[in-house]
Amino acid sequence: MSLDYKFAFSPDHFDGFFRDETFRGDFTYRNTDPRRFPFPFDRDDYMYAVNIEPHVPGRKGTAFEHLLDVDEHYIAEMTDRAKVLAEDPLRCQSLPHMELAGWDVLELIMEAKARDYPQWFSLERDGNRWRWINRPLGIDESFTFLDASTLPYGPFEYIMRQTQGDWTLQDEREGTLWMDAGIATSQADWSLDFDIGMNFHEWHAPVPMAHEKGIFDRALKFLLKLQHGAPVRRFNWTMTVNPLLDTAPETYPKWGTMKTSVTPENIGRKQHLRVELQSLYRLPRSNAIAFDIRCYLASFDEIVTVPKWGRRLHRVVRDLPEELATYKGFIRNRPLMVEWLSQYDDGAPTSSGWFADD
Amino acid sequence: MSGVAKLAVRVADVVPVNDLVTRFRFEARDGSLLPAFSGGAHTVVEMDDHGTRRLNPYSLMSDPGDRSGYEISVRRDDAGRGGSLFMHRHVRPGMEMVLSHPVNLFGLDSRARKYLMIAGGIGITPFLSQIAQLSRTGGRFELHYAARNPALGSYMDRLQAAHPDRVQCYFDDDGQQIDLARVLSRQPIGTHLYVCGPKGMIAWVLGTAERMGWPPQSLHSEEFIAPPVGQPFTVELAASGHTLNVGAAQSLLEAIEASGVDAPYLCRGGACGQCETKVIRCDGQLLHNDHWLTPEEQAEGRKIMPCVSRAAGGTLVIDR
Ligand code: HEM
Ligand code: FES
Repeated sequence: MSLDYKFAFSPDHFDGFFRDETFRGDFTYRNTDPRRFPFPFDRDDYMYAVNIEPHVPGRKGTAFEHLLDVDEHYIAEMTDRAKVLAEDPLRCQSLPHMELAGWDVLELIMEAKARDYPQWFSLERDGNRWRWINRPLGIDESFTFLDASTLPYGPFEYIMRQTQGDWTLQDEREGTLWMDAGIATSQADWSLDFDIGMNFHEWHAPVPMAHEKGIFDRALKFLLKLQHGAPVRRFNWTMTVNPLLDTAPETYPKWGTMKTSVTPENIGRKQHLRVELQSLYRLPRSNAIAFDIRCYLASFDEIVTVPKWGRRLHRVVRDLPEELATYKGFIRNRPLMVEWLSQYDDGAPTSSGWFADD
Repeated sequence: MSGVAKLAVRVADVVPVNDLVTRFRFEARDGSLLPAFSGGAHTVVEMDDHGTRRLNPYSLMSDPGDRSGYEISVRRDDAGRGGSLFMHRHVRPGMEMVLSHPVNLFGLDSRARKYLMIAGGIGITPFLSQIAQLSRTGGRFELHYAARNPALGSYMDRLQAAHPDRVQCYFDDDGQQIDLARVLSRQPIGTHLYVCGPKGMIAWVLGTAERMGWPPQSLHSEEFIAPPVGQPFTVELAASGHTLNVGAAQSLLEAIEASGVDAPYLCRGGACGQCETKVIRCDGQLLHNDHWLTPEEQAEGRKIMPCVSRAAGGTLVIDR
């Protein structure tokens, strides 16, 4: 069987749950319910911190309800990923010693999806003979676990073509973590092809201010003690003009210029807050660490439908240190953003915590 | 670390291996599969030894790909603190016990061209799971295994039968010793060395390899970091006016939460800084286990991270 999905949409498939939309060209991406968006600010200002917490299932109806969130953008994101990989196969790489970690992550994802979304996914196991059904993508695969010759791709690429979020796999050696496998088709301007084979401090070198604050030293010590069965998560965020999943250094000429297209008239529609819900798992067979960088996009128009978020986003963007706004690539448009967002900030106090209604 | 998931198991089998060593098999109480693990991993066995809590790490010796159960081998240590005596005297088939998820501090470097393994006595156990893993993937290995005499050479028969050209055994009672310099000098480039056994043996093997110019990143020895067994202590929460006992199996943060006082936290692992709390008085000693406070701050003793740190030997008063 091949992975040439037929994206033949009919509105009644899966009760019309999955949106038929694009992250390029006509940019038809939208959020049906903006309140589902994982808004990342629990207070009115922002600075880098070791913001790591246990990754435990959270509130119903939010992106935290399950270990892995499968949402209305699933099929469209997988279509976008297939297009990026067709143009640039180096977006998915795995060094030879990472194959076992690839099987680990395949197992993690198949188990979680079959458990949490039985209406869409199922996994039958008879020893190492497995049958995996992915109904949204029309896949029914029988294969032998740990035998790569029985899958159309290596185990890592196979499962990544069916999983939202960019993922990297870190081998643990010599007291640090090495990015020895990964896929990046929805990344905020970093390159897997450049970072592959680097260690934790090397790939974090470009980040301003955080090294001096000891954030990476502490985060690494914590991660080296990460235990199987106790995943953790953290947020990261940036800004993106147009709902582009793929903002890679490799294709900067294609999307970088879009930043100059923002005007006071179109900013609410074009400017998107880009949130990464990152989760980390210790993998059992390989002892590697999987890092999931799941990207969520919401337009400013969508964000300000929640009054608390509108007020808070204005304050965060206005007061963000210049180094961070520069590193995140929106220093040029910041005045325009602040001006527009200020309409939605009446100065009222905001409650602590992320959630819309707290 | 607090709040970490544990494995609820039942003892499925207790098998004497020889005069000193007994093997235990654990299976999940609910009949489900246990997590897979990597060769060289250990589990921490929780024991309730007549009121004394013990946490002993033991290497997993079963096949890492076999999720139906875990096996460990325990050598009776008559002079030790009692964990091995408890296992030998009191653990019986059918007993319910609690294990940690597997942790690996002695993992195989997956880039190595060859694995050279040196075991002394009960130090053989992590190699059993590593060899099971390598046999499946076709990895190259060579094992040198020293024991006092054939009767105490646990699993020697099994290993020699399965891998006659790769396993070499030595007996102290017969005055046999590994010709270490010769073994080390014969290895191909890209070999990684793994040693597990008595302390003196580890020091001898690592020291010899270093002197012969082996790169430090290709030398691996098993060191068990037994999780600190918490002792109970008393804490006064000055701001809320409570006095609490922190139990042995509980973190200070968990005790504060159980008393109904809201305390800040995020990572619960000593890294994020959220739970930092002022120490008002400490009659005993603070036991800092965090990565957040600087060594100077830890020495000053004016702050504590309740998610991982504790006190011993007297009352602790904190601003919470
Ligand atoms: C193994 C897991 C991790 C991987 C693979 C990873 C990877 C990355 C990469 C590729 C970047 C972009 C750097 C650049 O080229 O500009 C980055 C940025 C960053 N990382 Fe990590 N990271 C990991 C874990 C963490 C953790 C645990 C922290 C916790 C504090 C952290 C904090 C940061 C911060 C603050 C930035 C800057 C983000 C921004 O402002 O947009 N990372 N990380
Ligand atoms: S909760 Fe993070 S340091 Fe204690």
